[in-house]
Amino acid sequence: MGRLIRLDRTGHTTVAEWSAADPADAERALAAFAGELERGMIASVDRGEGRAEVVRELPLDADLVILRRPIAGG
Amino acid sequence: MAGAEAASAPGLPEAAALGWRREPASERTLRRDGRRWTAWTCWVVALFAAPGAALLWIEPWTFPVAALCFAHAWAVPSLQARRGARSVVPIGSERSAAGAAADRVALGLLADLAGHADRELLARTGLVRHRGRLGTWLVGEQGALLIRRRGRLPGRRVFCWCVRVADARELPAADRVAHLLLALREDEEGVATIANLAFSGARWRVARHLPPGGRAGLASA
Repeated sequence: MGRLIRLDRTGHTTVAEWSAADPADAERALAAFAGELERGMIASVDRGEGRAEVVRELPLDADLVILRRPIAGG
Repeated sequence: MAGAEAASAPGLPEAAALGWRREPASERTLRRDGRRWTAWTCWVVALFAAPGAALLWIEPWTFPVAALCFAHAWAVPSLQARRGARSVVPIGSERSAAGAAADRVALGLLADLAGHADRELLARTGLVRHRGRLGTWLVGEQGALLIRRRGRLPGRRVFCWCVRVADARELPAADRVAHLLLALREDEEGVATIANLAFSGARWRVARHLPPGGRAGLASA
């Protein structure tokens, strides 16, 4: 079961959940993911050992994909 | 998923957007910036201390003016270190945005991201630790400290970076830290490129200006 969450004012919001066995779930998740990227969010997937990766397409094999806002120098 | 590797983007998009306007951070640029900060601090100290010493040598009764010179030599570098230390803002500190109802949810996610080993440090200090290639980072709401290593040992030099969520409106304090932690895990050189370097210098100089939790975090790094 994969989960796409967005860091926001509520703490975080689950944007989509999908199961690899359900193509309809995956379609909905892909559409939601594309919409979030269009809004300027950045998607990050944990790769273990303190590493993460920015992704531009939803990796359906990932357990958790986190959407964050861009960062900037203070 | 097939094609997942091709769909990944190496590095931070925010750093790529800077293009030629900012030199990419690396081991070399950090060493250079550290040396520049040391040279600048030595120059400031010499600039104020030398006239004080000269006054005392010419006429010892001018010691009140000489004392003012020495005070400046001490105060200016101290103010710079203070500015660097204040850029971090641990969760729950005086300048923290913590207090919103959503903070508990955000803190739960941040604790999960931090992992078992660093959860206790987060609770104690309000900072999250990230061990990277450039050194050990302590991440706060509006910035991060980078403690450089000397071989396998922790180094004495600390870099204070100002970096934050570009649009942090209504974002819980822990989520602000989570944003920076994720960005560091994605590309720490990219974060160092985007961030503004507020200070670089000895660990003790920064520690003096951190809240107690921040000092404990720095000691544990």
